Amino acid sequence: MSAASVKNLRFAYAGGPDMHFDFEVAHGARLAIMGASGSGKSTLLHLLAGLETPQSGIIRFDHVDLTYTEPAARPVSIVFQDNNLFGHLTVAQNTGLGLGSRLHLNPSQAAAVETALSKVALSGMGKRLPRELSGGERQRVALARCLLRNRKVLLLDEPFAALGPAMRIDMLDLVKDLQREKNLTVIMVTHNRDDTAYFATDVGLVENGRLSGTMPVAALHDPVSGSALSAYLGRNQNPS
Amino acid sequence: MPKTVTYGSKNGWLLLGIDALSHNKMAAAAVVFLALLVGGALLALAAAAVEAPASITSAFDSYFLRIAGFTVWQALLSTLFSLLPAVFVARALHRHPAFFGRGAILRLFALPLALPALIAALGLLALLGRGGLLAPVLTWASGERWPGVYGLDGIVLAHVFFNLPLATRLFLAALNTVPGDHWRLAAQLGFSPFSRFQLLEWQAIKAGLAGTALMVFLLCATSFTLVLTLGGGPQSTTLEVAIYQALRFDYAPERAVAFALVQLVFAVALARLASRFMVVEAGSDSGVSTSRLMPAKRVESAFNTVLIGSAVVFIASPVVAILVRGFEADMLKLVMQNTVIVATATSLALAALAGIGACWLAVALLSARSRTLAVFAARGGGALLAVSPIVIGAGWFIALQSFINPLKAAPVLIVAVNAAMALPFVLRMLAPAWEASRARHDRLAASLGLTGFTRLKLVEGMALRAPIAAALAFAAALSLGDLGVVALFGSDTVQTLPSLLFARLGSYRSDDAAGLALLLMGLCLGLLWLADHLIAQRTGQ
Repeated sequence: MSAASVKNLRFAYAGGPDMHFDFEVAHGARLAIMGASGSGKSTLLHLLAGLETPQSGIIRFDHVDLTYTEPAARPVSIVFQDNNLFGHLTVAQNTGLGLGSRLHLNPSQAAAVETALSKVALSGMGKRLPRELSGGERQRVALARCLLRNRKVLLLDEPFAALGPAMRIDMLDLVKDLQREKNLTVIMVTHNRDDTAYFATDVGLVENGRLSGTMPVAALHDPVSGSALSAYLGRNQNPS
Repeated sequence: MPKTVTYGSKNGWLLLGIDALSHNKMAAAAVVFLALLVGGALLALAAAAVEAPASITSAFDSYFLRIAGFTVWQALLSTLFSLLPAVFVARALHRHPAFFGRGAILRLFALPLALPALIAALGLLALLGRGGLLAPVLTWASGERWPGVYGLDGIVLAHVFFNLPLATRLFLAALNTVPGDHWRLAAQLGFSPFSRFQLLEWQAIKAGLAGTALMVFLLCATSFTLVLTLGGGPQSTTLEVAIYQALRFDYAPERAVAFALVQLVFAVALARLASRFMVVEAGSDSGVSTSRLMPAKRVESAFNTVLIGSAVVFIASPVVAILVRGFEADMLKLVMQNTVIVATATSLALAALAGIGACWLAVALLSARSRTLAVFAARGGGALLAVSPIVIGAGWFIALQSFINPLKAAPVLIVAVNAAMALPFVLRMLAPAWEASRARHDRLAASLGLTGFTRLKLVEGMALRAPIAAALAFAAALSLGDLGVVALFGSDTVQTLPSLLFARLGSYRSDDAAGLALLLMGLCLGLLWLADHLIAQRTGQ
């Protein structure tokens, strides 16, 4: 059973190189997408979220073809590295956008917002503005909003890259808890090998805009000598 | 240091006369010049006020109240009618990044800023005047003889012509500051068009709204040429025009003094207020195509198309009217007239001198090494925008009249005031390139022992040749179309193209006026094209 499958997906920016993606993610998996800067990791997430339109190929969620479905109608939520919150809205308002684009919340919606905030350890912070929060707290607000949106697939575009190591572990733990509780499927773009090892069940490597299949995270500890993964990780390379 | 190096800078002459002076002395000289020009005028006004306080206070009569009221009222209306449509035109342009001819439309929206006010007024008259191109249509539609667009309607319309495109461009720049991720987020969260406007577009526009509104209000409250051409008569006169009328027609210098002082306090206060609010100057496009992320529904697309189309017609039609009317006039006969040839030559000479003056002031201020002087260059330059040429002109008119016939000083004052008025723009054009050159060359120049004038010649004079020439062309274009000081000091002996045009318009020789307008527009746009071309050439290198 795959939560998401990407078949023969082709995409290119105007004047950019051709990209090609082909892989599946199982229900409840935590897939880490690794690869060098500019290799197309973020583009892949944008394609899954419907923020870019592929030239050809098929994206299925739960075996339903949603390749050309508009972003809001897909069963996915996305968290970016930055700019996840509107600076002029309070934490509660930013979170409440997960329930609809009206700013006024009725009492039951307000309660739902408070519950979501408590799940990310931000109880009572609803009245604050984003600029009064730390970087980690801001990303937790974004996660709270994803909880309210209640979509089965969570896309994370290096959301914790700007945080310190201890904070990153906390955030990964939080995402893991939420993922288990809601039985989510998570696809996370990351540069960080430790994060992948700590968090992911599977790993996929994007190289020059290409991704073909994924592998269990165990491959990280023992990459096949001479493989793309070993070259990317910079270990066990042939000395030739 | 002995000079052994020869150089080939064409801008060498620009720096002439400052050979012996160090950077700071040069900048100090520029500051002294500006202080003398502005301070002298203010001192003359203040002295006149102190000398005869009774006649000054008596100037604040019902006439004063009426024109002060009109000044504020027309500026308020102009600001409202400029900004309100601009919000939606900017939004529409932002929404459709692939709109047909979008680049050309944005260039068209930059045109009014560059166009002399007199040309805009003539364009409106050529279109909507009593004998304008649209007069037959309007006569037919209203059922009575079209009286022509004058007074409040004309003034507000002309102000909107200038400020709607300006506000649109500023709002568009503000919209471009919205992070790309926010548009993506809006797409994912499924924002309705209303939510998108409320939560994204309006927030971005709001950030620069107060600053833009105050700036536009200030421009409208202190505009001279448009009110002079389209208003006039006691019903539609602003303070600025009343100062001119008091000096040139009623000969009531005390009234001019009173009005000039009020105008000065008012403008400086507004400018100070405006400087507190940020005006978003530039935002690079986030590169996110909102039209693709959230395709516009057919109704919205149609609405936006009509909106952009109307704005384009509104901005383009006065310019087209000038072209049509100008070519109808007998241009050949016109340019053979002696008065026209003399006025054109006078205008070009004065504009060139004012341009050189503005560039010299800017170069002097920018090369200041002392912090105080550098801060003055950055702040004082902008503050000049708040002092109107009419107020300075009035001050000098009153100062000079006890000694000589003020009209004799016309050329000097026209050049000096226009140079000072162009200075803020020239500073803004030159400062970035100047800073970059400094950052790049300072250490090298110091290690080679290049200082003072030699350095200016060899480094900035050559490296910044194109930006300086562009600023010179721009400043000359500004001065060329100016009617302010010329109206105050002009006479039969010193007549520029704008003052000649205004005279012909006043004597109802509208064919001549149309032809002269075309000539003036051609000269101004030619200079601006040159400035643009020089900048493009430089960035192309």
